[in-house]
Amino acid sequence: MHNKTLTELTQCLANKDCSSEELTQVFIDRIKLLDPSLNSFITINEEQALLAAREADQLRAAGKAKPLTGVPLAHKDIFCTKGIKTSCGSKMLDNFIAPYNATVVNKCNAAGMILLGKTNMDEFAMGSSNETSYYGYVRNPWDQACVPGGSSGGSAAAVAAGMTPAATGTDTGGSIRQPAAFCGITGLKPTYGRVSRYGMVAFASSLDQGGPMARTAEDVALLLNVMAGFDEQDSTSLDAPVPDHTATLNDSIAGLRIGIPQEYFREGLNPEVEAAIIKASQALEKLGAEIHEVSLPHTHLSAPTYYIIAPAECSSNLARFDGVRYGYRCDAPKDLDDLYMRSRDEGFGDEVKRRILIGTYALSAGYYDAYYLKAQKIRRLINDDFQQAFTKVDVLLSPTTPEPAFKIGEKVNDPIKMYLNDIYTIAVNLAGLPAISVPAGFVNDLPIGMQLIGNHLQEAKLLNIAHQYQQVTDWHQRQPEEV
Amino acid sequence: MELTATDVSKIAYLARLAIQEDNIPQYADNLSKILEFVTQLNSVDTDAVEPMFHSGHIELRQRADEAKQPSNSRDKILALAPDAAAGLFVVPQVIEDK
Repeated sequence: MHNKTLTELTQCLANKDCSSEELTQVFIDRIKLLDPSLNSFITINEEQALLAAREADQLRAAGKAKPLTGVPLAHKDIFCTKGIKTSCGSKMLDNFIAPYNATVVNKCNAAGMILLGKTNMDEFAMGSSNETSYYGYVRNPWDQACVPGGSSGGSAAAVAAGMTPAATGTDTGGSIRQPAAFCGITGLKPTYGRVSRYGMVAFASSLDQGGPMARTAEDVALLLNVMAGFDEQDSTSLDAPVPDHTATLNDSIAGLRIGIPQEYFREGLNPEVEAAIIKASQALEKLGAEIHEVSLPHTHLSAPTYYIIAPAECSSNLARFDGVRYGYRCDAPKDLDDLYMRSRDEGFGDEVKRRILIGTYALSAGYYDAYYLKAQKIRRLINDDFQQAFTKVDVLLSPTTPEPAFKIGEKVNDPIKMYLNDIYTIAVNLAGLPAISVPAGFVNDLPIGMQLIGNHLQEAKLLNIAHQYQQVTDWHQRQPEEV
Repeated sequence: MELTATDVSKIAYLARLAIQEDNIPQYADNLSKILEFVTQLNSVDTDAVEPMFHSGHIELRQRADEAKQPSNSRDKILALAPDAAAGLFVVPQVIEDK
């Protein structure tokens, strides 16, 4: 049962092959069996999940079920859940129980989905390996000596290991796509503004975007339908109609123009990853797509641009954690400054502090123009590169990451090395574009991902291509052996 | 751009972070490397480029200044505070005794 896709599970429930209570119990048992070693959950919501599942079964018996009623999922621990701890992977919020739900949580509840638990993540979503979590690192189900990627590493590992059929994630610089690639699942970062940020703990507000993670493109489409939509409570939410993302999955991709950005295939890319991506592009060509070479000339500047803008926004957003209104407070503060300074020093981990310091410096008097303003100008050049490319092609294809999952501990002491793991994913956030990572092969027995990037609001097109690719390949069906 | 221990202490105070004395050299080293990494941005002339603070397709909305949520949530909010009394957040004494 735990191997079934979201789509198959909705069928099982509709056909009464199983009840939601049985299904929920299967996943809870699986979490209890595997998670002591994988560590992908911060909170397991056992009692409430089973209660909600029984209610879902009653609704179904009464003929009032929606398609996803009674189907389990997990939320990244960055989405506020009323009455259930929302830690954001930080000691700062270890005691925080939100008094309200994030819009994404409300939407999943309204669709009838059952919350299995809250998944582990890099602290405040700052990291590419899940090693910055206050709750310890998550292990990759394909090789437990390796990282699952980050920051949505708990969500990716949980889906890959069959502990949940689907999960939510958030993506500020690749935090859905990179762990999806490392764990061999499908993950979509929607257009900025497509999914509400209300109740999603803020890291870098002009880049953060929530999205779905699951085994197949079809499942991702199903969950995106639930998550997407205009929200008055998010000032940057897009007031645009949401299509049924499952309706166009079976469209032909004949004549589709796919661009290969040449700058994404240079030094630093593992040759076996490159070969797998070329093979994937040939599979799409066989389905009738045309492959064109394109150029994104400012690609080499996306990492330095991102590592100014994201920390600047982070330092501003994380100023709210002051030890006064909620979250961690140090013992026996001697005055107000001492309260602020020690609460923040003791409550935040190293990477978060590093980014707050960099952001504070970049925004401070005398340095604003040289760093922050300069980066926002280069951001426009990066954005214009994409818009130029989209006049020639419909979508772009690249690797999701330069290499497969790396070893736990390998990069943790070298921030720059860690940052360079995101070089193919961060430009997308700077430009606010949608992008998906799709399983596209194995290198050293570890899964790797192909990234498809679309223009604004082209999620349905990306899902269509990914689904067509998954009809002729089986990478997304492979599952880790020992789990 | 090489940051000194004094620079790091000053930035840390601006950010209200009590960085431990022992950790300052490591932060100075990490931050200097990150600043070195971002100097690549200076390779491009951006005098004629408009900054892009938000992704291009977003229009920031405004709405009428009307309360949308019930305002009776004070006790729920204060229940989250490390210290609260008489309907207020409690912090150490701010005004010093004479």
